[in-house]
Amino acid sequence: MEMTGAEAIIESLKNEEVDVVFGYPGGAVLTLYDALYKADFNHILTKHEQGAVHAADGYARATGKVGVVIATSGPGATNLVTGIATAYMDSIPLVAITGQVSVPLIGRDSFQEADIRGITTPITKHNYLVKKVEDLPGALKEAFYIARTGRPGPVVVDIAKDVFAAPIDYQYPKEVKLRGYHPLYEGDLEMIDKVFEELKRAHTPLIFVGGGVNLSDSSEALKILIEQTGFPVISTLMGLGSIAFDHPQFLGMVGMHGTYAANMATTECDLMLGIGVRFDDRVTGLLSEFAPKAKIIHFDIDPAEVNKNVLAHLRVVGDMNWSIPALSQRVQEVSGELKEQVRSWLEKIRFWQLEKPLSYKQDTDLVMPQAVIEKVSQLTQGNAVIVTDVGQHQMWVAQYYGFKNPRSLLTSGGLGTMGYGLPAALGAQCGLPERTVILFVGDGGIMMNCQELATAADYNFPVKVLIFNNQSLGMVAQWQRMFYGGRYSHTSLKGHTDFVKLAEAMGVTGLRVTRPEELSFVLEEALATPGPVVVDIRTPETIDVLPMVPAGARLDQMIFEEVD
Amino acid sequence: MKHTLAVLVENKPGVLTHISGLISRRAFNIESIAAGYTEEPDTTRITIVVEGDEIEQEQVVNQLSKLVDVIKISDLTAVESIQRELALIKVKASVKTRSDIINIVEIFRASIVDVSRETMVIELSGDETKIDALCQVLEEDHGIIEIVRTGKIALSRGPIPAKNQ
Repeated sequence: MEMTGAEAIIESLKNEEVDVVFGYPGGAVLTLYDALYKADFNHILTKHEQGAVHAADGYARATGKVGVVIATSGPGATNLVTGIATAYMDSIPLVAITGQVSVPLIGRDSFQEADIRGITTPITKHNYLVKKVEDLPGALKEAFYIARTGRPGPVVVDIAKDVFAAPIDYQYPKEVKLRGYHPLYEGDLEMIDKVFEELKRAHTPLIFVGGGVNLSDSSEALKILIEQTGFPVISTLMGLGSIAFDHPQFLGMVGMHGTYAANMATTECDLMLGIGVRFDDRVTGLLSEFAPKAKIIHFDIDPAEVNKNVLAHLRVVGDMNWSIPALSQRVQEVSGELKEQVRSWLEKIRFWQLEKPLSYKQDTDLVMPQAVIEKVSQLTQGNAVIVTDVGQHQMWVAQYYGFKNPRSLLTSGGLGTMGYGLPAALGAQCGLPERTVILFVGDGGIMMNCQELATAADYNFPVKVLIFNNQSLGMVAQWQRMFYGGRYSHTSLKGHTDFVKLAEAMGVTGLRVTRPEELSFVLEEALATPGPVVVDIRTPETIDVLPMVPAGARLDQMIFEEVD
Repeated sequence: MKHTLAVLVENKPGVLTHISGLISRRAFNIESIAAGYTEEPDTTRITIVVEGDEIEQEQVVNQLSKLVDVIKISDLTAVESIQRELALIKVKASVKTRSDIINIVEIFRASIVDVSRETMVIELSGDETKIDALCQVLEEDHGIIEIVRTGKIALSRGPIPAKNQ
């Protein structure tokens, strides 16, 4: 079919069943935007390219589909960088289409030229620079395929301006032929047998789940395995929701702000089944002392994860939808024996759970952030799509929300991107219009992309934005309190910003909570109000996220008390 | 220990950027890297010499393998292989010292590829210790003006090519 490059992109998006793109127009993508206009393609205009890329990321995390973002050349493309890196660290499938200056101008420091391919090389799964229109359909086909298969990730397709207008006899390739890319879905069954033998020998085993379970939608299979073995389970931040928080075998999150039981179980276990985890430093603490008594078995689709941070005794490389059921099949016959084997281990763990459960100071005068999260959990019955920004509130949400469903926590775990939350929440709401989407964000993080409140109003995305306003950069201040002698260098945010007025100015309903007794009423009102709502919640300034393992310490060296 | 890797990649623009970017980002200890065309026009072969223990070496191979444009990596350390490096050495040479330099060149089975009134350019291929030895002698006795070395290239012995290993 004869068409232009820009029209070929629209056709390719349709072929990939893309129903919405997030973006921001500009000079190099004018022709593409003209084609979007003519095709009446569903496009969400954010107020900033960074908002667009985080929205595409939130959309991808919430729906499991590939998120698509469009930006123009130069500053448009460079504004995507933080969002691309965020998606890369958390293995989120994303295709970023950027305009590039026209072919004769490339390499001449032309107006709005930036080498986005070079810039994004270390933060993409793959990237392309398309200079010939005949390469365009193949590049897009490959980009979507690479983004969503294997270990997912972001792919950048940078397209020279003249390619958009160039004529092409369009045909979308039926299949992808890449000599160097063969994601392994079904691995080595012999490994499963070896893992099975280890399970039978273990006395204090621990199942350790991560974001890979959420990403591969394998939590049902995981549940079967967990219940067959009777083994206790801990989770990373990214794994939350892949097993229900109230499952009797679940001990909570592990790591720097993990539960006492999860961190102690890690220290004492003799066998650890790491499933879709990457042993990040926020999880392991002092790496050399992580799970010191355990044989580690690593399940992952990415062979490069094995032995990257911790040495694995056995590796099971492949899709979790293959490996978990394959192990389940073996375990089935000895389910009773395995449960018997861990009986005293579970008693020990029960003791830890009762000894030091998660707790915080109850207060009748102050609105405690943990209490807000518990209230929201209760009002939404743990069934909302929860988005966070980065900092103290993020950790409290992980500890206190009580996640029941996979893909219900959207958070920048790997890169820790402040400003991620609001646009990601909009993207999630766009993909899941029927669901309740709630954003927890600090008074620091909201200001990093607060312009997207206007986007929420313009498209009437009914996201509920709960700002934990402690007039401080809470997490950084906590570290200053703990490790820098209480010298609050530039973490005080006492200023003149009125978040209720800010919301109203952008067309969003604004509410405020200053007293604990107002909390229930205002939260209910926020949830009942149609359209987007901002709630400015005045929380106390100096509360610590606890327990805490200081950076570089062993997981059992937890701090439980506030420092003065 | 040192590992010599034969890395077969797509002959496309940007592939070397991907590879060198990855090496620097992951802080891999790379001693040399040499790239060139192969018997297949759409394939480039890169010989990489990595310094590190088995675990580091495994990470280099695993991370490089993740790059979409990397087709195949084979570790030539584990198999019998021929390893060569090419060096061009510009050495100070006067009318008086020329004959001594010619003697040295003959001993090393190198060759002289250019002569001027003040300099000679010597070409030598061999393993890196041989090149190091020649450089040392020339530097101490005559003085080297500049050196260019290609980095090591390697090919396995026997009939099986790296792509099929």
